[in-house]
Amino acid sequence: MKIKVSRFNQEKTLIEEFEVKENKTLLENLVEIKQDKDSTLTFKHGCRSGVCGCCSVRVNGQERLACKTKLKENDLVEPLKNYEVLKDLVVDTSKEEELLTKTNSFLHKKEDVSISIKDEKQIERQSNCILCQSCYSSCPIYEVNENFLGPYALTRALRYVDDKKEGDKLAILASIQEDGIWDCTLCGNCTFVCPQAIDPKMDITNLRMKSAQSGFEDKSMQNYNSFNSGFDPMGGFNPNGF
Amino acid sequence: MTTDILVIGSGGAGLTAALEAKVNNTRVTVVSKCYPTNSQTCQAQGGINAVLETTKNDSIEKFIEDTFTASKGIASKSNIKKMCQASKEIITWLDDIAVPFSKDERNSIAQRKFGGTKAKRTCYSSDYTGLKILHTLYDQCIKNKIEFLNEYFLLDFIKEDESIYGAVFLDIKTLDVIKIYAKNVILASGGYAGIYENNTTNSSFTTSEALVKAYKNEATLSNLEFVQFHPTAIEGTNTLISESARAEGAYLVDEEGNRFIDELKSRDEVSRAISEKLLNNEKVFLDLRHLDEKLINELLPQEKQLAKTFKDIDISKELLPIVSAAHYSMGGILCDENAKTSLKNLFVCGECAQGNVHGANRLGGNSLLEVIYLAKKAGNSAYQNLQSATIKEDIKTVDFEKSIEDILSNKNIINVSKEKKEFGERLFKALGVFKDEISMKTLLSYLEELEQKLKVSTIEDKSRVYNKSFIEFLEFKESVYMAKLIAKCALERKESRGAHFRTDFKEEKEEFAKISIVKYEKEQDIISYEDAV
Repeated sequence: MKIKVSRFNQEKTLIEEFEVKENKTLLENLVEIKQDKDSTLTFKHGCRSGVCGCCSVRVNGQERLACKTKLKENDLVEPLKNYEVLKDLVVDTSKEEELLTKTNSFLHKKEDVSISIKDEKQIERQSNCILCQSCYSSCPIYEVNENFLGPYALTRALRYVDDKKEGDKLAILASIQEDGIWDCTLCGNCTFVCPQAIDPKMDITNLRMKSAQSGFEDKSMQNYNSFNSGFDPMGGFNPNGF
Repeated sequence: MTTDILVIGSGGAGLTAALEAKVNNTRVTVVSKCYPTNSQTCQAQGGINAVLETTKNDSIEKFIEDTFTASKGIASKSNIKKMCQASKEIITWLDDIAVPFSKDERNSIAQRKFGGTKAKRTCYSSDYTGLKILHTLYDQCIKNKIEFLNEYFLLDFIKEDESIYGAVFLDIKTLDVIKIYAKNVILASGGYAGIYENNTTNSSFTTSEALVKAYKNEATLSNLEFVQFHPTAIEGTNTLISESARAEGAYLVDEEGNRFIDELKSRDEVSRAISEKLLNNEKVFLDLRHLDEKLINELLPQEKQLAKTFKDIDISKELLPIVSAAHYSMGGILCDENAKTSLKNLFVCGECAQGNVHGANRLGGNSLLEVIYLAKKAGNSAYQNLQSATIKEDIKTVDFEKSIEDILSNKNIINVSKEKKEFGERLFKALGVFKDEISMKTLLSYLEELEQKLKVSTIEDKSRVYNKSFIEFLEFKESVYMAKLIAKCALERKESRGAHFRTDFKEEKEEFAKISIVKYEKEQDIISYEDAV
């Protein structure tokens, strides 16, 4: 079986073909290519079990964890989008810390409350995030707004807003109004690609609701009123549209 | 650059130590060869041990006793006692920073029973305990403005006389050499079981170079021969299936479907029982078919997903073939109860540390506890030490630029991935669940030859941009050195104890009821034994 792998060496991108084994994962195949065919092939991997989040790439344009993905004939493997490609399948993900810092996604003030099974379940899915950056890569907003806080950072914001222990939810909500929840088009790409079955689109919708309930301006109404489809025929893509 | 406290490693231990050391305006810099949430801690699934007020039928005394019994008598009862006594406080701290622990019907933190224990003592977050602890710690580090430098590879420590004054790194993105001078260094670089390539549950990031660098700078190492093999990794991929599966009632069965060992015995015994069958060319399976599917979905969602992904097996209906795999390093850099090493200004925590609490065999659920416990000690000790420590920028270091050029200009090109594969197999065979003198001596000759070969070798990729092959080459050199040290210590311990099982010396011997010590003196490895006090 053949697959195509994107190669980048600071100067140009080439698509190279490799013969691989059908019953293996993409990561196992990449390791074998490095062992037997081309030792310069560069990619990242850590836990080999889908929890460290460092081996995400795109397969046929869709974000996948290399360690958990089985391949088909002619699949095209490429690096994540929206980040600078450093080499072959490796991108520079250093923006992660900046986004998490901006969203204030951490416990601000501990409330002394009793947490039930139900309360813990409320944030279970969001706290399963492995920061693999798949959702970031799948998001179309970065093409027009590189400051967008983005799906994983907003999901993490909800994880703390929904944590009963958090005594200052407003601090988080206030930090995600600009370049945040209202800039999302709710296209759902992030939800589609999340390897942990997290639904950032729903999380962002939730955050909009909680923001409006907390007195923040509901900017989605502006978009409804303007009948904006999201794609402006005169000026390209408008991230605030629907 | 300079900093007050340099933390090397960004797993649970590094992040906890950084948070503890970040008092007032202390400048704390965490340097990591990956990104913080890539660290091994995310793979700790099952849980963290503690005796809480709500824990039933348990006591600190029983916890101490279980831990000491598992250590086969070569841990420090006093250190274990202090760690067990602190367990409740540690869970409270984690709970206070918002680690989402699973709860029981009474809204208390839920606990499950792990192997080798007398009670339900392991607190958990479904089977994502390590992941949730690690990510919560990372969020707190961001809150507390801890400075991160990611994708920096440790080349060496900066040392003068018997004191550490920082470390030298390679920026993986550019291959630039970066010196960081610090008043104190906390090493939290992880263990060495990851060097058993293809036969380990560990991340490919755990490659032991920091331990070797510390050793060559004359830090004392201890108990290296005690490598824990986890009983249940998925056959073919070595993906970990957490002990929580057996804790929730899974059976171990042979090809005829018969159970052959008490699944909740300590890991060394269960691994041996499994390995005996595997060496006999029999297959071994984890059987969860009798468990309620709802329980599997709720308490073991990750295990279910892993079995499906890697073997296309539904554990609620089918048997899962398993093998034992290298999992945890009980040995490491020797430290005292306050995480201090034999070198001034160097503190250690996490799996790279030998804090005398695990001895010859670690209990499941005790690693995360030790990670947090010792990291807090390390962070605190480093902070306390700031008063007397100074930045010293005039220390000469090796010309690393030249040594990089030397490696890149060598003639003999090798393929590190290919070499590592053979290395891992030979290591697992000769230095695995079972060992003997002949196989270990043969392994040592192979390792010596490999070491010589690597000295004159280079890699195909000569680029200076994100040259991962170059990093893997440097890691591999140190892994080979580490393997030699483990083999030497294992050869010297002519008995069987805990995870160290010699087929040529099957019994425990009183004269070896001590911790092993290995020191680098005049380019020689000097092995001795001491009481664990």
